[in-house]
Formats: sequence, C-alpha cells, structure tokens
Amino acid sequence: MTPPPPQPGTVQVGTRLPDLAPAPISRTTLALFAGASGDHNPIHIDLDVARSAGLDDVFAHGMLSAAYLARMLTDWVPQSQIRSLRVRFAAITPVHGQPTCTGEVTALEEVDGESRARVALRVTLADGTVTLHGEAVVALG
Amino acid sequence: MPTDAPTEVPTTGATGGATGGAVPDLAGMVGTEFDPTTVLVERGQLRFFARATGQDDPIYHDLNAAHAAGHRDLPVPPTFLFGLGLAQPDTFDWLTDLGIDLRHLLHGEQSFTYHAMAYAGDTLTLTPTITDAYEKKNGALRFITRRIQVDREGTAIATLEEVIIVRDPKARS
Repeated sequence: MTPPPPQPGTVQVGTRLPDLAPAPISRTTLALFAGASGDHNPIHIDLDVARSAGLDDVFAHGMLSAAYLARMLTDWVPQSQIRSLRVRFAAITPVHGQPTCTGEVTALEEVDGESRARVALRVTLADGTVTLHGEAVVALG
Repeated sequence: MPTDAPTEVPTTGATGGATGGAVPDLAGMVGTEFDPTTVLVERGQLRFFARATGQDDPIYHDLNAAHAAGHRDLPVPPTFLFGLGLAQPDTFDWLTDLGIDLRHLLHGEQSFTYHAMAYAGDTLTLTPTITDAYEKKNGALRFITRRIQVDREGTAIATLEEVIIVRDPKARS
C-alpha cells in the first residue's frame, strides 16, 4: 500500500530504505517488460539478434532495473513526493540475474521551502556486480 | 526552435569517423528538436506495466484503490514516462535515421525531473531535443544526450534526459 509521507524529523542522513529484491529476471519478464514499457529493442528479447551482435544471450532492459528502483521509492514515499530520479547504467543485467535495490539518505536540504532528502540508489546482482547507480530527491512531510 | 542547446560540443572529429559515410555529424545534431508527439496514457498499458515490473501497490492497477488514495485515476509510475515516447510504430526511427544500428546501442544514463503527477486518461505531449553529442575513444563510443519535455495541455509534467551510447565495433580505439 502507499505509505504515508515520512516526516522531516524521522529521516536522517544514513537512513536506509527497505530493500527491494524482485524475483530473478526471466525471459518472460523481459518479454512482458518490452511490451509494457514500449521499449521493443530486439536485443533484449530476440536471441538471434543478440547473437548477431556478438553476444551470447539477450540481456535485461536497464529501465527494468530503474523501474524496480522506482518501486522501492514508491514503497517508501507517495509518488507525488518524488522530485527527481536519476540513474546511470554501469553493467548489464543478464537473464536470470537477481537484482537487489538499496537506498540510503545522503543529505537533507531545504529547497523551495520544503524539506528534501537526497537518496543514493543502487542495484546489485547476487555476485556483487553493481548494475545501476542512481540518486533520487524526495520531499519530506 | 531550439534555444537551449549547448554551443560548445566536445566533439573529436565526428565527420572523420572510422566508418565513413554512415557516421552522422554529431556536432551538427546538437540542438535538433524533433516534432512533438502526443500520447494518450491508457489504463490497460499502466496495468500491464505494473504487472511487468512486479508493482503490487494496488493504486497502480486498481482504479478503486487509486481513487481511495486520492488519485483521480491510475497514476503514471515514475519511470513509465521513458517508454511513452517509444510506444509508437516508429520508435527507433530517429536513431536508424542517423545511421545507428540498434544492436550497438547502450543506454548510459536516464534522469527524470518531476513537475506534476500524470494519470491514465491524460494526453501528454513529448518534445525531444538533442542537447549534446560527442565521441570518445576515437569514435569507438558516441554519446548522444536527448532531453524530452513532457507536458499535459501546457502544464509541465516532467523533464527527461537520456544519454545514449553507440558502440562502433569497427572504430579503432
């Protein structure tokens, strides 16, 4: 369910968001995400195309992991509190990869008369590979 | 027409790239503003997105839950806007028109700055502009930054910025 907005006094630098650990990424997940997201680039869903590009297999859309990060955020605050979200794709996520999303508050600031938290975001695979680095700015209260 | 493009482009001889005529003039791309596209956000598509991303908060797929939480319809989730511009028959034309092979495409970065919530039923206008383009490693990697302004009838909804990386397997690095 949508959480209540965290109040300014309850969030500190170092506050960790509850992790989000989706199921390992299957080919079905990639097919569904291609259709649902509108990103039909065949490199994510068509093994023949992946091989023709010299790859052993298809790999996950980076924006799938970004969507998981957004889920972690909206599990923590109502979506209307999210001011910005930025991600950098550092490594591909292979099929069967198991991403875990983590977030930690790195700064508190006052902007435009509202209290905001800056949250460092990361998606990590089971073998420790960091696939996404990111940052979100979230309004408190 | 574009007024906000950077004037200094860190290009490294884009016109002399290693793959010959197919290589677009990267510096010349900066400032290119594409025709706006208009997209109706559909409830069914948002439900599909919620399912595909494992989103189990009912406000994203159950209209009653969305209403109960004070939303006028199903909210457009934070990263859905990225695909909005792709949900067209000619999704990747702007890249293939530039001579770019989709197999050599990497998504480098993506950012969203949010101005207002959007909902199912909204008609959103997307206006993309190429804001930066440059090469690294002697043309082996090309970077294209595109900004997409998303509006609803004149109300700013979000500003997206994407960095696309094009690998050129033939370039000597």
